[in-house]
Amino acid sequence: MITAEKFSHTYNFGFIDEATKKEIRRKILKATAIPGYQVPYSSPEMPIARGWGTGGLHATLSLIGPEDVLKVIDQGSDASVNACNLRDFVRRMTNCRTTFDTAEATLIQTRHRKPEEILGEKQIIVFQVPQPEPLRGVERFEFKTRQMHAEADYAKMWVSLYESYVKFGAIMNGAGYPVRVNGRYIMTPSPIPRWDVPNLSMAPCLHVFSAGREKRIHVVPPWTKVEPLEFEDVKFRVEEFAEVRCAASGGDRAFMDEIYESENSRKWVINDSSFLDKIRAGHRPPQRLFSNPEA
Amino acid sequence: MGYVAIKGGEDAIAQSNRLVEYYRLRDRSEPLAIEQIQGQFRLLSDKIMGEASLYAPEHAALVIKQNEGDVFESAFMLRAYRATLQRRYWSETLDTRAMFVRRRISSAFREIPGGQILGPTRDYTQRLLDSSLVRETLGSIEEFLSGFELPLDPTALAHPRCLPKVIDLLTSQGLLRPVDGDADRRVVDVTREAIKFPAPRSASLQMLARAETGGLMALAYSAQRGFGSTHATVGELRVGEVPLRVRDARGRVRHVGRIRLTEAEMISKIRVRAKDAVPYLSLGYGLCFGQNETKAICMGILDRAMRTGGDAPCQSQEFVLYHTEGIESYGFTNHLKLPHYVTFQSGLTNLRQAVERRDKKRGRLGFGMSDARAKEQPTA
Repeated sequence: MITAEKFSHTYNFGFIDEATKKEIRRKILKATAIPGYQVPYSSPEMPIARGWGTGGLHATLSLIGPEDVLKVIDQGSDASVNACNLRDFVRRMTNCRTTFDTAEATLIQTRHRKPEEILGEKQIIVFQVPQPEPLRGVERFEFKTRQMHAEADYAKMWVSLYESYVKFGAIMNGAGYPVRVNGRYIMTPSPIPRWDVPNLSMAPCLHVFSAGREKRIHVVPPWTKVEPLEFEDVKFRVEEFAEVRCAASGGDRAFMDEIYESENSRKWVINDSSFLDKIRAGHRPPQRLFSNPEA
Repeated sequence: MGYVAIKGGEDAIAQSNRLVEYYRLRDRSEPLAIEQIQGQFRLLSDKIMGEASLYAPEHAALVIKQNEGDVFESAFMLRAYRATLQRRYWSETLDTRAMFVRRRISSAFREIPGGQILGPTRDYTQRLLDSSLVRETLGSIEEFLSGFELPLDPTALAHPRCLPKVIDLLTSQGLLRPVDGDADRRVVDVTREAIKFPAPRSASLQMLARAETGGLMALAYSAQRGFGSTHATVGELRVGEVPLRVRDARGRVRHVGRIRLTEAEMISKIRVRAKDAVPYLSLGYGLCFGQNETKAICMGILDRAMRTGGDAPCQSQEFVLYHTEGIESYGFTNHLKLPHYVTFQSGLTNLRQAVERRDKKRGRLGFGMSDARAKEQPTA
């Protein structure tokens, strides 16, 4: 009953069919033209689960060419299982070269971190985004948030930051700190830690944020201003790893992971695996660092 | 490679994949044939085709085999496969009046033109375990089949036929009326376009048709239990095969085959605002692949509920459509298994600083730590 022909399906370069890839590229161009604005797109189904990086894959597979060198990061590491799986999938569908080295990659897909190393003009970084709507916390209906963006009505957002300050003595947003892009749209930068937020601003590389489940793409183009929301007297602050040094390299001034080997032993290790490798090999790549304003 | 707590990802994945395969096969039982799954797991295949929105019974059977019968995983895999297929044609609008009806009932009327046809249904079986199935053999199957087929006179069988619609009765009497004449009638394709709210009815029905059956049922049930005001009656529920036609490049309409569908037309009463106006009846509509009556009925209830304003979850289009999307919610709830240490770290530093600030403040005010802790209430 079943003929072999029926199940002899071959996949297109980059899995997604050409028409849909073209559509996604056009949506990325539109998003680039309107920095921070969330452009709806088709978001075809992927063989990877929703919420595991399908949006990132859409952007990566639409942008990648045979000569690209791909790096995939999950929470700072190339070696974690999800990163391995996504990298393997793109490699199988494109036969592209892959790398762990941040500087060597032309296209980087990442989950929730921007590399410590400064990215160049020829590099594109694609962020996996679980929740693209920065206003979701203050307004649950999509049709209202879109109106609020259109009217640049961000009052509720400011009020929520203020309330957080009044209640807790600080703006308690952790990862995914809200930012204003190019003086207009407020966006949420995937949930990258606050440590990475200043590195979005006036950066040479193109940042593509793609949310598969929510079917939205937004972009921070190169050399674009990105300002974290803050008050005149209550400033944005990054995570501080004061008096903490990396147990593997002795280095400091990077985003650190807290490692527990037993109940009472806490140590710290640089989160970005490519960056850590380079420090251990004896040269520290250039970094853009942000210092917290004095409290 | 830097220091990571979870290391050796590639090898771990490869070993895990082999282990999955081992778990499926370790009993060394007879391999399941695709035909067996397609035939004997008919309702499961139907459910999966619906959620994948791909009508492909053999492929559905294949994914069921591959995924050890997991419904979510199978629908997910089939839908991903669907995304790789080129779209050559759009079908002409299906005409369910042209359905070859296998089963058709109405709860609104005792007698309907053409008659009620029970067809294959488990509704009136007693849910008792049938231990004879443990010893089912090809011989016992053959015995049943000849017992079923032999007494039938093939020449005397009624041809499959088309039947009139129950709702036509009500429409002709002026009792059933279209409720929203100014509704958004654009036809959008939710597989190619991100949905925006308020969504046109075409998008809303498409999303319901792809939705996960259990999710739809939870919300439709809430509507019946009082979270919403839908008191629907099955006007007509029919299951059968409908001819599928496409228009080719030269504009000719071509018959490309038949697909099995379930259609539910749910009747409910529309209250009217004006003082002396009489209430009237209107429809909620459900249509899905295969035989999946629960889904079609729940679609009908929710279609109606979403077009009735109100505060209940089932009356909010956004709430219903986003949260019944099984494949998206499946992926997202399971992504919690991925590491979150960077984002968690970011929140942790904030929290520690907040604790520090509080302790400093208390120190200034002269509270003893233990006193202060004892008074603490959990906060939401």
